[in-house]
Amino acid sequence: MRSRPSRSIAPKAERLPDPPARLWRSADPKRTYDVVIVGAGGHGLATAYYLAAEHGIRDIAVLERGWLAGGNMARNTTIIRSNYLLDESAALYGHALDLWERWPGELDYDFLLSQRGVLNLVHTEQEVRDARRRAFANGLNGIDAEFVGPDEIAELCPILDVSPDRRYPVLGATWQARAGIAKHDHVAWALATRASEFGVDLIEQCEVTGFVTDGDRVVGVRTSRGDIAAGRVGLAAAGRTSELTETLGLRIPLQSHPLQALVSELLEQVHPCVVMSNHVHVYCSQAHKGELVLGAGIDSYNGYGQRGSVQVIERQMAAALELFPIFARAHVIRTWAGVVDVTPDASPIIGPTPFEGLFVNCGWGTGGFKATPAVGRVFAHTVATGSPHPLNEPYGLERFRTGALIDEHGAAAVAH
Amino acid sequence: MLQIPCPWCGNRDEVEFRYGGQAQVAYPEDPVALSDAEWAEYLFVRANPRGRHAERWVHSDGCRRWFDVVRDTATNEFAS
Ligand SMILES: Cc1cc2nc3c(=O)[nH]c(=O)nc-3n(C[C@H](O)[C@H](O)[C@H](O)COP(=O)(O)OP(=O)(O)OC[C@H]3O[C@@H](n4cnc5c(N)ncnc54)[C@H](O)[C@@H]3O)c2cc1C
Ligand SMILES: [Zn+2]
Repeated sequence: MRSRPSRSIAPKAERLPDPPARLWRSADPKRTYDVVIVGAGGHGLATAYYLAAEHGIRDIAVLERGWLAGGNMARNTTIIRSNYLLDESAALYGHALDLWERWPGELDYDFLLSQRGVLNLVHTEQEVRDARRRAFANGLNGIDAEFVGPDEIAELCPILDVSPDRRYPVLGATWQARAGIAKHDHVAWALATRASEFGVDLIEQCEVTGFVTDGDRVVGVRTSRGDIAAGRVGLAAAGRTSELTETLGLRIPLQSHPLQALVSELLEQVHPCVVMSNHVHVYCSQAHKGELVLGAGIDSYNGYGQRGSVQVIERQMAAALELFPIFARAHVIRTWAGVVDVTPDASPIIGPTPFEGLFVNCGWGTGGFKATPAVGRVFAHTVATGSPHPLNEPYGLERFRTGALIDEHGAAAVAH
Repeated sequence: MLQIPCPWCGNRDEVEFRYGGQAQVAYPEDPVALSDAEWAEYLFVRANPRGRHAERWVHSDGCRRWFDVVRDTATNEFAS
């Protein structure tokens, strides 16, 4: 009889590999920089990357109050798509999707971009008309979206219940095949690595509390680690932007709300694409590891607590079960919330401010992850040249005064 | 879930209410006299503090009355 295998420590070759060395340099703040970016989320990091890569600016600090990419970047449900209704949005999100496809090669980092397609379901006749309109508008803007009926939906996502006798029968959907998901943390690490190689200082635990001004010019930032002078300052602070601009008496039309998401336990791969429904209000995909990732809309009230209300989760799970009866026995493992800043027209604000040297990128609400590459590019252009890139020209603060709103409310399918 | 103090019904679950945003935003007295910038400010800009926030709620599934409360947007505590 053979003896039991010994439980001694495995030979060296069988041990887990050592964790990788740090991917980026963690820096202490210098007293002055050409450009200071506030917020090391995806947007701040992408902006620093493009400032260095495309504008030759290397003397940059990205200041982060917590840990790198620990804000909404770490909390989002990673859905990437560009099937927005309006021309300005199609141009911006379309550019982002083109860049997403280029980024793994360009950044030399595999962040598991998975173009598994997104279905935006519709459940009423009016929604059918709206979805068709959006698909036609997308077609005119060169975006790969089409309207599909219940039979095609059943083929694209067999676990969806498309039977006509449901309470909210699935009458159709738009389908964008190039849409999908990406590993958000890895995207941030890729950007931080490349920015750091260009010499960008990534400074964590450094909260910006206000600005240093000279008349109508912003010439630096006040931080928890002292004042830092800056030739130019770019805000990429997501839900906390208005808190900062208020210190200058600059009031921006933003409301910060909790937005929640949740994941299930790990399941075998059963869900082939991303499914969103505005009407029953849930969206769901399956992460690379196997968790179901679900979200819904924002909580109605303003909130900075990174915690939302439980009834939102109850409703989104009821909606998910309506669509996917197969998930009835899945357990929720974790729920969390981020703080997202919403604008009156549901479109972001990217551009100069009345203060020389101060630029804002905010108001992405529930859907800014998908825009990350385009944001980085156009915001870097804006900060470097002092004026907007053609893609963010329509997104300036002045649109609330001129009335040239980019009203994506409802039009862009479900929020996110 | 928030417990919201309705002045008439007492503390009730958030699901019985609808949120109405910042309290006491007065309609301009002479709208025609406003510049575009002032009009935009009235239409679009609201307070967004991290901390005490005076806001409106309606007890839509209860007494159906509107009221103002002060809530801390960081802790969700209502001022008494
Ligand atoms: C639950 C949830 C689900 C989402 N799902 C999707 C989705 O599926 N698809 C999609 O496209 N988008 C989604 N989003 C939205 C998306 O996450 C955001 O729009 C996007 O992350 C914004 O990018 P950012 O880099 O500006 O934000 P953040 O990653 O939040 O970066 C801002 C950073 O600034 C820092 N900061 C703030 N104030 C200061 C200060 N005073 N000093 C220093 N640093 C400061 C913060 O700590 C933070 O790290 C979701 C968001 C949430 C919360
Ligand atoms: Zn009441």
